[in-house]
Amino acid sequence: MQRRSILSLPAGLLFLLPAGAFVFVFIILPFFWIAAVSFTNRTLTGRTALNPEFVGLANYRRLFDPDRFFNSGEFGASLILTGQFVFFSAILGQAILGLLLAWFFYNHRGWVQSTVQTLAIVAWIMPDVVVAFAWFAFLDRDDGTLNQILSAIGLGHPDWLLALPMVSIIMFNIWRGTAFSMLLFSSALGSIPPSHLETASVAGATGLQKLRDIILPLIRTHIITVLILITLWTFNTFTPFLLTGGGPAFQTEVVSIYTYRTAFQFFRFGMGGAVGMVMMIINLAFAIVYLGILRSQKAHA
Amino acid sequence: MAGVAFRGVSKSFGAVTAVDDVSFDIHDGEIVCLLGPSGCGKTTTLRLIAGLEGPTAGSIHIGDRDVTMISPKGRDIGMVFQDYALYPHMTISDNISYPLKVRGVSKEERASRAAEVAASLQIGNLLERRPGQISGGQQQRTSVARAVVHKPQVFLFDEPLSNLDAKLRLEARGFIKHLQKRLGVTSIYVTHDQAEAMALADRIAVMDGGRIVQMAPPLEVYHRPANTFVANFLGSPPMNLLPVRLERRTGVTRFVADAFTITAEGWHERLQGRVDDGESVILGVRPEHLALGEADDPWSFPGELYATEPLGPETLITISVGDALTTLRIFGDDPPVVDGRVHARIQNTNLRLFREGGERIELG
Repeated sequence: MQRRSILSLPAGLLFLLPAGAFVFVFIILPFFWIAAVSFTNRTLTGRTALNPEFVGLANYRRLFDPDRFFNSGEFGASLILTGQFVFFSAILGQAILGLLLAWFFYNHRGWVQSTVQTLAIVAWIMPDVVVAFAWFAFLDRDDGTLNQILSAIGLGHPDWLLALPMVSIIMFNIWRGTAFSMLLFSSALGSIPPSHLETASVAGATGLQKLRDIILPLIRTHIITVLILITLWTFNTFTPFLLTGGGPAFQTEVVSIYTYRTAFQFFRFGMGGAVGMVMMIINLAFAIVYLGILRSQKAHA
Repeated sequence: MAGVAFRGVSKSFGAVTAVDDVSFDIHDGEIVCLLGPSGCGKTTTLRLIAGLEGPTAGSIHIGDRDVTMISPKGRDIGMVFQDYALYPHMTISDNISYPLKVRGVSKEERASRAAEVAASLQIGNLLERRPGQISGGQQQRTSVARAVVHKPQVFLFDEPLSNLDAKLRLEARGFIKHLQKRLGVTSIYVTHDQAEAMALADRIAVMDGGRIVQMAPPLEVYHRPANTFVANFLGSPPMNLLPVRLERRTGVTRFVADAFTITAEGWHERLQGRVDDGESVILGVRPEHLALGEADDPWSFPGELYATEPLGPETLITISVGDALTTLRIFGDDPPVVDGRVHARIQNTNLRLFREGGERIELG
């Protein structure tokens, strides 16, 4: 099929120019600048702020120094924490909980569904800082809503942010992001022709068999899209900083917070650049793997 | 094997009543077509049998079981949907054998049963393909194969042919009827196509406004429609309906309209005690029971030629009588040459009379 363009090529490029310029100035240029900085000992203040020196791979070597890689507060430890954070809050929490909620509401339509969906969207569009503050109040040891409820039913009142900081930020992030998965999965389920499920019902399939044999295969591209988005978002999210500041004692210092501490608390831009590059490579690896799966599935279908 | 029965079944969706106090008995091995226009409740009736909807009132029986409260899973039925509902991620073989899979039948047996059913439906060579790689007619057969593979007690068809083109539709129609007769399984078939219903059904249930208007063998529904709705719904073109006023004085009966008067010789006694002098009734006559006639024939009425449509074995001649149109079906290879004023003669043995409200008048 021949495509007819509405605009001539030069005119099209002209329209592309403003957006292109923005992307270039704010994304492409900084990327190369960070890549370059990561090979220097540039800092914000002091001698190396004015005259950074080329240090080759020293920053990367320091980052992956096997003697302390997994020590608390180091990059390796931070990666492990991030892995836990992503696995529990994004994959187990947001994706699976979102899918179950969407499936539940698909089967039980009505005012409950629309109410929960509306509330979920409200939760999702609230600004991070507001949400973090609300969770601060929610998790407060003595007066927090959660502990009020727990002690009322006799389950004690732990100091969540100090004693269980990782659990706290995982719960927080699940709460924060499940709405998105649920909405995406809801629309994916909505795209399945009802007759597909009715045929299965008439054929004698149970709810679980329908989920396994019909629903999951039919929405797998949606599942992969959701997984790409939420793992990348969770991997890069900085919001836990608002709750725990990465502490106590680096226990919740996921890589985004680690990068921030390296680059902006100690102002070692060279080092920070190196962490940023590594994060980007990890993100890229995730995306490539997921896109690979997506493509092979499409070729399959 | 089992029959299907409704006892006073109603189904409402909010304020809308889709099925309104319907009762019927479908006998073991019979194929019944639910026929009616969109929104008449025929698909809802089918979904009630399948268990995809629960009735608001009444009870549903399959065989000697009351299945009103039983889910689709427990009803032992096979259903073919309008869009076939084939699973795009499964092969044809897996699609066909899915009802066996959920029943825990082993993989080998599933494959052999699927192959057997597919072969009998002439799609045996497609087992490893996917639904996207086969034609509409083949998809339709796959869908039928899936409905019959687990040997259900009842088959349900929800307009299974409406997505096929005209030629394939005829072929599939014959194939479904053949299959139904061969397997002898009680079948309920929903359609809005009266020709399909005529061709397939042992009995047709004509539905309108959530009620069954008439349930009878096809030819009875065709020749003795219960009311003008049925008369107008069956047949292509449908029955001609001519509103007239009766004159029953002086020992003869006349049908009087603005544009014509018919002297109904020999009908005076037949109508005795059934209609009154001056009553408005509706004459119903099928196009094939009208012929070209002469002006002096008492059973003929005049009209202006509106259109001539030669169809090959027959010719449709439409004339305007007053402000209504009447169609004549003339059989024969050579279309008659007509122009201007045309007289249509009623073969009065096949004339039906309806009251003004629509219901048919039994004649003596």
